[in-house]
Amino acid sequence: MSLSARDITIGYDRKTISEHLDLDVPEGRFTAIIGPNACGKSTLLRALSRLLKPQAGEVLLDGRDIGSRPAKEVARRLGLLPQSSIAPDGIAVAELVARGRFPHQKLIRQWSAADEAAVVAAMAATGVTELSGELVDTLSGGQRQRVWVAMVLAQQTPIVLLDEPTTFLDIAHQIELLELCVRLNREQGTTMVAVLHDLNQACRYADHVVVMKAGRIVEQGDPRTIVTAELIEGVFGLGCRIIDDPETGTPLVIPRSSIVRLA
Amino acid sequence: MSRTGASGVDFGRRVVVVRPVGRLPVRPAVVCLALGLAALAIGVLALSTGELSIPPADVLRALAGEGSGAYRLVVVEWRLPRVLLALLLGVALGLSGAIFQALTRNPLGSPDVIGFNTGAYTGVLVVTVYVGTGYYLVAAGALVGGLATAAAVYLLAFKRGVQGFRLIIVGIAVSAVLGSVNQWFIIKVNLQAALAAAIWGQGSLNGLGWGQVVPVAIGVGLLCVVLLGYGPRLALLEMGEDAAAALGVRVEATRLAYLIIGVALIAVATAAAGPISFVALAAPQLAQRLTRTPGIALVPSAAMGAFLLTLSDWLAQRAFAPTQLPVGVVTVSVGGLYFGWLLIRQGRAQ
Amino acid sequence: MVLARSAVQPRPAVAVTRRRQGLGLVVCLGVLAVVCLLSIALGTRNISLGTVWDAFWHYTDTDDQAIVRDLRVPRTVLGLLAGVAFGLSGAVIQAVTRNPLADTQILGVNSGAGLFVVFAVGVLGLTDLSQYLWFGFAGVAFALTLVYLLGSVGRAGATPIRLTLAGVALGAVLDGVSSGIRLVRPRAFDYLRFWDVGTLAGRPMQVATTILPFIVAGTLLALLVARSLNAVALGDDLARSLGASIARTRVLAMVSVMLLAGAATAAVGPIGFIGLMIPHVVRWIVGTDQRWIFVYTVVCSPILLLLADIVGRLVVRPGELRVGIVTAFVGAPVLIWWIRRTRVSAQ
Repeated sequence: MSLSARDITIGYDRKTISEHLDLDVPEGRFTAIIGPNACGKSTLLRALSRLLKPQAGEVLLDGRDIGSRPAKEVARRLGLLPQSSIAPDGIAVAELVARGRFPHQKLIRQWSAADEAAVVAAMAATGVTELSGELVDTLSGGQRQRVWVAMVLAQQTPIVLLDEPTTFLDIAHQIELLELCVRLNREQGTTMVAVLHDLNQACRYADHVVVMKAGRIVEQGDPRTIVTAELIEGVFGLGCRIIDDPETGTPLVIPRSSIVRLA
Repeated sequence: MSRTGASGVDFGRRVVVVRPVGRLPVRPAVVCLALGLAALAIGVLALSTGELSIPPADVLRALAGEGSGAYRLVVVEWRLPRVLLALLLGVALGLSGAIFQALTRNPLGSPDVIGFNTGAYTGVLVVTVYVGTGYYLVAAGALVGGLATAAAVYLLAFKRGVQGFRLIIVGIAVSAVLGSVNQWFIIKVNLQAALAAAIWGQGSLNGLGWGQVVPVAIGVGLLCVVLLGYGPRLALLEMGEDAAAALGVRVEATRLAYLIIGVALIAVATAAAGPISFVALAAPQLAQRLTRTPGIALVPSAAMGAFLLTLSDWLAQRAFAPTQLPVGVVTVSVGGLYFGWLLIRQGRAQ
Repeated sequence: MVLARSAVQPRPAVAVTRRRQGLGLVVCLGVLAVVCLLSIALGTRNISLGTVWDAFWHYTDTDDQAIVRDLRVPRTVLGLLAGVAFGLSGAVIQAVTRNPLADTQILGVNSGAGLFVVFAVGVLGLTDLSQYLWFGFAGVAFALTLVYLLGSVGRAGATPIRLTLAGVALGAVLDGVSSGIRLVRPRAFDYLRFWDVGTLAGRPMQVATTILPFIVAGTLLALLVARSLNAVALGDDLARSLGASIARTRVLAMVSVMLLAGAATAAVGPIGFIGLMIPHVVRWIVGTDQRWIFVYTVVCSPILLLLADIVGRLVVRPGELRVGIVTAFVGAPVLIWWIRRTRVSAQ
């Protein structure tokens, strides 16, 4: 199941964010898109997920233009965790997760054995099975985000896109979520694409990093090879040095400090 | 029927699972049934009370085609159409309100927001002043006026898609213009015509008979079938456009479809009986409180609408007998109580 | 509510200095004076400026001079007062609710005043403005409280979209009840339908003098509270830390709206869009300091109202189009154009 963007120009109303963008999402890997604010990473993800129609060029899902496929069919192959979703008041966890099965359901076939199995598996994978009957409003931010991820997992798609999944989560939950993504990628071969704003997390967990600035893709590849101090300085305007993360061996960005601490 | 029951999943409330057709939550089903029965009970009550009091047993006999000819005449020819209309229009109003509240994601969303009633009033005034005052003429005027207004509001708010707030503001603006037009008509016209239009504006089921029941039943029936065909999409839209699109809902097209259905439902109701306020606003919210469903539920809203309107119409006929109030007056009072209840709940929650 | 920057922030090119603002104000006052003159001179019969001058200083009781004194001047004065009232009440509401798209019409406040006045005239049989004026105040207070409470239902509080929807719903209720009362009293219906949309016509000078003290009081109160409203605009927490007493500011602001909108609606009927449009235009010129916004609104709102009244008098001569109708016809397209231009993300 391949996903790629061919020469796309994307923007909102009269404002163009990116032009002539090409991207091949590596199959079966975990890709992170990073870059400074307003560099167009969320816009790119929205274009890849069919939420935003390119003004020029095309997004190809399995070789065919994503816009030409029926919406439900795309939803069976491509899952998306959007930035802003609204959980209806008073909905239980299992109900919300079950909604993720919509792409697989028909009018008179709204709860099959396959649906049930998928929901059970998704809740188990995200560790929310004990919360199954609880109301989503009563959960903490970290738990709620896990429930939304469970909903996307229940969709059982070979490709999952995540738009800034770690915002509003505290550090422990951020790490937990990213490790969950890596596990899903390794165990089930799901292609993952996530927009992240933490450089070090991206380097640690992603197999493939796409660095954007001002609407263009500046560099992409294995973080261990492409993440250098010059790149970070050029893209983020941050003087830094790179060392190896003592836990994982991946690049760790240490910003340079202008404050001299008196010993 | 335990909480997990035959399914391996705990949904947090009692659910009946029928694989592979679907899941039926128990509480909403029971509430719908209760409301439906209550509406029917009030219907029978309405059939038996009036200038001629008929015992309920005789009413049922008359419905079955037996019993005295006089009773059959009163019950079946005169009173039954009105009861049926109250039920049908209540369903239409409840569903329409539910759709608008789900689309605007706001408990105060209603077809008023799209300026429908003001436009319908304009249509009625135009017809009354320039054409004539027959029932079907007025109904046609209301229909055309209301639909044209809704279409105009939608088109004016459309800019690569229709966004909630913009729709509301455009609706307010168009309502203001049409409201002024209405005012101008009312001033221009003679007192009799102005009063007649104003009375229409209150909404009433007086004098309606079998001639109205059939088209309304067909209209509401068709719209319900179409609504059913769209399945759970309304609930998915309530989760936000991105989430719904990610699950495979074609957001713009589906929203437009729901809007059209919602407008069509209120159009049928307004054309038949004039604008009846509040049922569309209150029914979905009351239904949601009773059934404790997450988000707006269509079938309970319909059931609650039927119950509210049947009750209101019976009160309108009996409360100040022999004066017949327009049903709109009763529903406005119901509306006032409803707002009061909302405020008390709000006060307690804080 | 977040609006696209172009619509809300002041243009940096217009260096907003005190001096420039003072000058701008003088210009607006000049325009107002001209519009007042036009309002006196133009109408079903155009009256020359010479005659107008004479009517004041060399009165010789000709027909035209009588028109000036007995019809045009009272009408213009009333238009001035009503313009100030509707415009300023809109500006205050926008400041207090932090909702740039609010005025007394949209939030159902005019409907509240209208209902109570209909009750006073239709049911209680009052015929003197100075009597049913108080019902106008009560109606405004009632509607304001209700719309705020209704808009706060739910967890998110009174966001602009909730307030607007609450206003639409409440306005519909109140109009419905008002309609119902009028149906039950056909004679009052006849009298009231001629009052139902705002108009300056047929009001003697006494009407203007009756409401004058209330308009003045409301205006002074609004100006007094303007400074605190600057702090409130920053958000409740920040405002408190700046020392503003939020509750007191809100109450005073609401009292001023009550005085302004209540008196004006009782005197001339409901007029919309003035309170919506003028503060917007003014904000665009003057920036976000509520004191200047209020002052400019006081001067500019009557300009719009009187112009609308003049247009109403000229457009269908020898008949007349009521000012409330003209403002709706002018204001609605402008509102639609504006909302299409702006990228609005409510909440």
